Amino acid sequence: MPVIEQGGTQIWKRRTRRESLLRWFGWLLGVAVFMICWQRISDATTWFFVWDAPRIANDIWTRATPPRWEYITQLGRPIWDTLNIATLGTIIALFLSVPVAFLAARNTTPSRVFIRPIALLIIVSTRSINSLIWALLLIAIIGPGVFAGVVAIAIRSIGFCAKLLYEAIEEIDHGQVEAVTATGASRWQVMAFGIVPQIMPAFAGVAVFRWDINIRESTVLGLVGAGGIGLQLSSSLNVLAWPQVSLILLVILAAVVISEWVSAKVRGAII
Amino acid sequence: MLRLQKLTKTYKTGDQALKAIDLEVPAGQVLALIGPSGAGKSTMIRCINRLVEPTTGEVLLGDTDLAKLGTSALRKARRSMGMIFQEYALVERLTVMENVLSGRLGYVGFWRSFLRRFPQSDVDEAFRLLDRVGLLHMADKRADELSGGQRQRVGICRALIQNPKLLLVDEPTASLDPKTSRQIMRLITELCQERGLAAIINIHDVALAQMFVPRIVGLRFGEIVFDGPPTGLTSDKLTEIYGEEDWEATIEKVEDDEDIEAAE
Repeated sequence: MPVIEQGGTQIWKRRTRRESLLRWFGWLLGVAVFMICWQRISDATTWFFVWDAPRIANDIWTRATPPRWEYITQLGRPIWDTLNIATLGTIIALFLSVPVAFLAARNTTPSRVFIRPIALLIIVSTRSINSLIWALLLIAIIGPGVFAGVVAIAIRSIGFCAKLLYEAIEEIDHGQVEAVTATGASRWQVMAFGIVPQIMPAFAGVAVFRWDINIRESTVLGLVGAGGIGLQLSSSLNVLAWPQVSLILLVILAAVVISEWVSAKVRGAII
Repeated sequence: MLRLQKLTKTYKTGDQALKAIDLEVPAGQVLALIGPSGAGKSTMIRCINRLVEPTTGEVLLGDTDLAKLGTSALRKARRSMGMIFQEYALVERLTVMENVLSGRLGYVGFWRSFLRRFPQSDVDEAFRLLDRVGLLHMADKRADELSGGQRQRVGICRALIQNPKLLLVDEPTASLDPKTSRQIMRLITELCQERGLAAIINIHDVALAQMFVPRIVGLRFGEIVFDGPPTGLTSDKLTEIYGEEDWEATIEKVEDDEDIEAAE
């Protein structure tokens, strides 16, 4: 009881004595664990390399600057590929995620016992594997190149888009659905008139958000041979051509900033 | 025209919302259903168009038992029952016109409705109805831009464009201010008269019901405990429906209101 009677006045405290003690011990334990971990990591570190780090970083910085500007002529095509991988991948993922989302949402799934778990499995499995790993697998199956990148991005995005969409579907106002049903509308009409208008803002938001993420993800796909600017990045790194690496990083930064700007504009226009 | 026979609804939780309801509504009669929250008013009208599945009993609309219809026959039957909701239940992100036309979904195929290519006759009727309720200039506005009273008018148009024989009205005024409530009730009862529609109106506001509706049915714990004209609602009857309370003020107020109405 946080209320204690003391000489006629009722004193209110947020927690009882027992609770405060328990919390205090909790904090103590947390700090102790943190210190122990710190100790262990410190023992396992070769401190020579850490002390050396500023010098190495400085060394790389001097090698990398100035960027090799004339190399930009060879980057136009790869960055275009990267954008295409992200955009096409996102579009394919959106097409595939819509049915998955409807099958996964509790209020629209045809069967909660059989179909919903399958849809959830698709969502979890596609989401939990990184697009780089998907790309590695797909390169083995369909060979290196842009197409593998597109498919990797698409598969990786299905789960993400479907999850956010099915949550939006579950949160819709049921009254509107009921009203459309009451007019004698068919199942599909109820979907088109009662549900789709309600999830449109969520859909548009998810689409630009995922596109934005995919631009970042597709820049590294080239590291494993799935096309795009990552290919140039990995070959430049392999030959220690630091001025090229710095230019590539600048180009990627520019692409990401532009995509961020575009998606912010689009989101602002919709919501 | 509508006859409920031994209509029972037991929810999965074991709550018996309706206990063997028998009720007959002749064509063209407007009826108010009153009763405390949880008495089963909403459940009853939802059992009629089967937004809630009745457990046992018959719902006879004309000669067909709605409780036994399959999916597509039920869709056809729903076309002849318009429904009006407490929170309006308009599709917020669609325009007023789209909302009104959605009342025709039962008559139009999927692709035509999806592409919004409703038959011209439906569009004409939608304009006529919007004009009737005074919202013609709002046809292109999105539903969420409208005020409560305006939304409920759109809801009424959506129900009427179905060309129904029966209106199921669930707390039409519960979200509206007193003046708008009266206007909406007046509009609903007028339109029912114009079109010879029967209606079942769930309503909390006893005074409002007495003011506009010729027959009142009182529901308590899923049973009909009163069925008669508004004048029959005495203090004793209200106590039977709602429980112990001083009802004199409510009843008197109604009579005053009626005097004013008559004077006008």
